[in-house]
Amino acid sequence: MTDQPPRSVTIEVENLVTHYGDRLILKGVSLTVYDGEILVIMGGSGSGKSTLLNHLLGLLRPTSGRVRLLGLDINDCTPLELQELRKKMGVAFQGGALFSSMTVGENIMLPLYEHTRLDRKTMEIMVRLKMEVVELAGFENLMPAELSGGMIKRAALARAIVMDPKLLFCDEPSAGLDPVVSASIDDLILRLRDAMGMTIVVVTHELESAFKIADRICVLDRGEIIALGSVQEIRDSDNERVQNLLNRRTEEVTLDVDAYLRRLTGEGG
Amino acid sequence: MRRLLHLAERVGRATAKGVDELGFGAALFGESLFWLFMGPRRRQPVRVGPIFAQAMEIGIHALPIITVLAVTIGVMLAIQGIYSLRAFGAEQQVVLGIALSLVREFAPLITGILVAGRSGSALAARLGTMRINQEVDALRVMGISPVRFLVVPPLLAMVVMVPALTMWAMLVGLTGAGLYVSAELGMSMGAYYQQVLDVLASNDLLHGFGKSAIFAVLITIVGVVNGALVAGGAEGVGRMTTRSVVHAISAIVITDMIFVFMVTRG
Repeated sequence: MTDQPPRSVTIEVENLVTHYGDRLILKGVSLTVYDGEILVIMGGSGSGKSTLLNHLLGLLRPTSGRVRLLGLDINDCTPLELQELRKKMGVAFQGGALFSSMTVGENIMLPLYEHTRLDRKTMEIMVRLKMEVVELAGFENLMPAELSGGMIKRAALARAIVMDPKLLFCDEPSAGLDPVVSASIDDLILRLRDAMGMTIVVVTHELESAFKIADRICVLDRGEIIALGSVQEIRDSDNERVQNLLNRRTEEVTLDVDAYLRRLTGEGG
Repeated sequence: MRRLLHLAERVGRATAKGVDELGFGAALFGESLFWLFMGPRRRQPVRVGPIFAQAMEIGIHALPIITVLAVTIGVMLAIQGIYSLRAFGAEQQVVLGIALSLVREFAPLITGILVAGRSGSALAARLGTMRINQEVDALRVMGISPVRFLVVPPLLAMVVMVPALTMWAMLVGLTGAGLYVSAELGMSMGAYYQQVLDVLASNDLLHGFGKSAIFAVLITIVGVVNGALVAGGAEGVGRMTTRSVVHAISAIVITDMIFVFMVTRG
């Protein structure tokens, strides 16, 4: 969909179909993410963006379709291959997902501790390095419960990048934060891409943040990609559902009186 | 007719769900053993630190309450034993009853129930909270097996500490009973312990320890299964925690009965 010159592909999603129970969530999503770009997956609540992210992370198994990360089909590989792949990717979860029984420093150190044979001092230095990057220096001995919302997101980012991953996923990195902190997290994501050359996938519903950081935006609605392109292309899109999302308009609902009555009386529908 | 069908459907669904959970539990146990032995080869060894931390919490911190319960039960058994044997004028035989029932039954059972209530529930609550905070997902995407990281340490700690606590419960329970017996029947403690040793065979001790090791596995797996099935926020954690205690205690009592039936009748 873009006119950019061919670049190496980092993530390839092919015709992904997924169900939650009997409910169809993703209706054949195809998506390519190129090396070194920031792709923002945008969409309203219930659009399927969290589900898509969980599939990219290999946390859910799709009904059909393929997900390839760094050339590896994550639903059709050996556990060892998947484990090796996961050392090359970092994930910052929406709520941080820091382990509450460990200090911030231990949280950030965990991937190093589990996957490398570095000595403790080296690991501590690497942790402090990453904490400097996310502007959390000096907080390594606090417990996650003692951190503010913005600090938790920063700590989660630090843990996600401690192994210097090629691929970084951020789930709602600026949701629920005040505008200043939220903007600083956006800057941080841009810095990570520029300084470390990471490929970054960000899931968000915050328009401002999406426009600021994205190289390309993928708009998801009701389990389908309704637009995919550069920030300008998305702004100029003449798709009504895209424009509704951008302008915070509610969808015009065509009223079907019979269906409405059936819903109210609970007789199927 | 319609209600009958409805009932049949509900029973069927509940059964399928129960079998599903049993299978999940068995798979978890298998996977735990896999990581325990194969972990080092996959460069994911089970760490010793968390095992000791869990052993401390499950075992050492439970010592005071186990002591109180075991002494109380020992005294209770002595009182009831002397009362019932008095009918035959056979009070002197009470030591036989106390020693066998404490070592073979009460010590493992009380320890199991107490650990299920104290640590099984805590395990379910911890895993449930971690699950809804996406901490389990975080482990998986870091390439760290949640089973190795979260399940194997408490499992090992339980398998060591529950039999150890059971042994302690046997010792203090027998002593508590002995104090009552010596006061009531004018028997010296030395003579009491001698009688206990005469009565007990190594078979009886094995019976008690064997059961307690099985209880340890049951408590851990039930706690983990219920923690892993948590859905629906804080309320869900509470519900599954309660459920894990009820399930663990039921599993312990039923397994106890089956164990006794299989081992004792032979």
